[in-house]
Amino acid sequence: MSESRTSAEDVQRLAALARIQVNESDLEGFATEFESILAYVGKLDELSLPDTEKRVPELRNVFREDGEPFVPGTWTEKIVGQFPEKEGDSLSVKQIIAHD
Amino acid sequence: MTKALNELSITEAARGLRAGEFSVRELWDACVSVAKERNTELNAYLEIFEADEEAMAVAQKRIDTEKDAAPLLCGIPLAMKDNILIEGKVASAASRMLENHVAVRDATITKKLKEAGALFIGRTNMDEFAMGSSTEHSAYGVAKNPLDVSRTAGGSSGGSASAVAAHIGLAGLGTDTGGSIRQPAAHTGLVGMKPTYGAVSRSGLIALGSSLDQAGPLAKTVADAKILFDTLEGKDELDATTLPDSMRNTKEVPSVFRIGVPRDLLSKGMDADVLAHFNETLSRLEAEGHTLVDVSLPTSEYALPVYYVIMPAEASANLARFDGIRYGHAARGETLLSDYVLSKTEGFGPETVRRILLGTFVLSSGYIDAYYRKADAVRDVLRDEYNTAFKEVDVIAFPTTPSPAFKFGEKSDPVSMYLEDIFTVTANLTGMPAISVPMGTVEREGVLLPTGMHFTAPHGADQLLFKIGALVTKETL
Repeated sequence: MSESRTSAEDVQRLAALARIQVNESDLEGFATEFESILAYVGKLDELSLPDTEKRVPELRNVFREDGEPFVPGTWTEKIVGQFPEKEGDSLSVKQIIAHD
Repeated sequence: MTKALNELSITEAARGLRAGEFSVRELWDACVSVAKERNTELNAYLEIFEADEEAMAVAQKRIDTEKDAAPLLCGIPLAMKDNILIEGKVASAASRMLENHVAVRDATITKKLKEAGALFIGRTNMDEFAMGSSTEHSAYGVAKNPLDVSRTAGGSSGGSASAVAAHIGLAGLGTDTGGSIRQPAAHTGLVGMKPTYGAVSRSGLIALGSSLDQAGPLAKTVADAKILFDTLEGKDELDATTLPDSMRNTKEVPSVFRIGVPRDLLSKGMDADVLAHFNETLSRLEAEGHTLVDVSLPTSEYALPVYYVIMPAEASANLARFDGIRYGHAARGETLLSDYVLSKTEGFGPETVRRILLGTFVLSSGYIDAYYRKADAVRDVLRDEYNTAFKEVDVIAFPTTPSPAFKFGEKSDPVSMYLEDIFTVTANLTGMPAISVPMGTVEREGVLLPTGMHFTAPHGADQLLFKIGALVTKETL
């Protein structure tokens, strides 16, 4: 895997998956850096691991007993205060489903 | 010579406050007045807070009435990293994305510090979302090393390190995902400690790598680091990964240590004078009656590649929440999708984008087995190797970093910056606790720069680290 080349198109595709725009002018730079990072990380390839099952951590119940809920409204004002756009106490977002 | 109030350690200040030599107000004013003066140059604090009159009055009253029963942190001014929530204050993680994000609640550790009577001078500079080893990735300019302002204070908790080393905070809080407390501590001559994963609550920290992150102290002395750790630790209902008492290590702290030394890993890539300090420190400990044992940790050379798969994978998942909808930077385009894309693109800096893309890659279909699952499996192997070594030794010693603090711009390609963490990441991958303590200075261009001695202890055996650390710094705990 360490031999594979990273192209500007690969970076573009990853950026689209991550919902980030990378400027055309920065694509090559990212691709070059990616190659050197992946070449370094690719060292993992040479390591052979014992053929054992992936261990799962010791399981324990981390949930508390149900009860003592927050009084409704305790956090509302503070959280709504951070909304970029709102109508009353509701978060307002753009229409998701198009009608055309 | 009497020290100025801002130059005191927590222990010294607590003693002076109880003896009535100075008041909480005088201690605060001493720190804040020097902080305002020095911060212009250092950029250690992104914001210096107004005095909290009520908290100060309460702290003074507790000291006056409870005397020695009052917590040692009562009335002590601390530096808080900008990714730890303090209710009503901005917590930006040094990112444009969270420039105006006001914390709606206290992090669990903030709450514990407040309950102990601690005061907060301000929020400190860091690499954006804790991604870096120099604070050069901060959206608000670099934090400088007070020992040589042409050099970095390390990172990502570089602001807290710079503040404490410059005596504009008696101690500081940092977070450590791959070395972000210990490496800046080494570069500024401080004590820095990363607790066992699960020893300290992560509730209310802005997450980078959720299976790696721990908050911990940056302090002038080992005793101070212990005071902070003892205040911060403990199970928290708001963090399901915190360890119940039944899962904590109760191993007795030895008075004579068996110190493991992985010689194979120190043969290359280290500055000769740093290695010399490391060897001298070990020889001194040996002369004092402790034993040195060669240990073999062959998989350690894969630790950094493993880290640069796991951490970006977790970071890309954690940072997906910043989409400009509920809080944080909110850019608006034509469609809902463009709202997300514009908010992220404008809000995140280049290193953050680099790691999100890298994380997206290692988790993507077709690559997840070769990268993420493989790296995850290597973590088990690393843990096994350490556990085997810990059958023979109490702690394992490394230098914290191969070299002292570097100059701004010196590590401009990502991999050379990542190599700063070569000795520190393993403790995050295995979840084991680790400490960095000063082990002497080396000269670079006429300036004496500190170096750090690093110890890792078995899972849950955090207290061992303070004992061995104090042996190096010659403190009595």
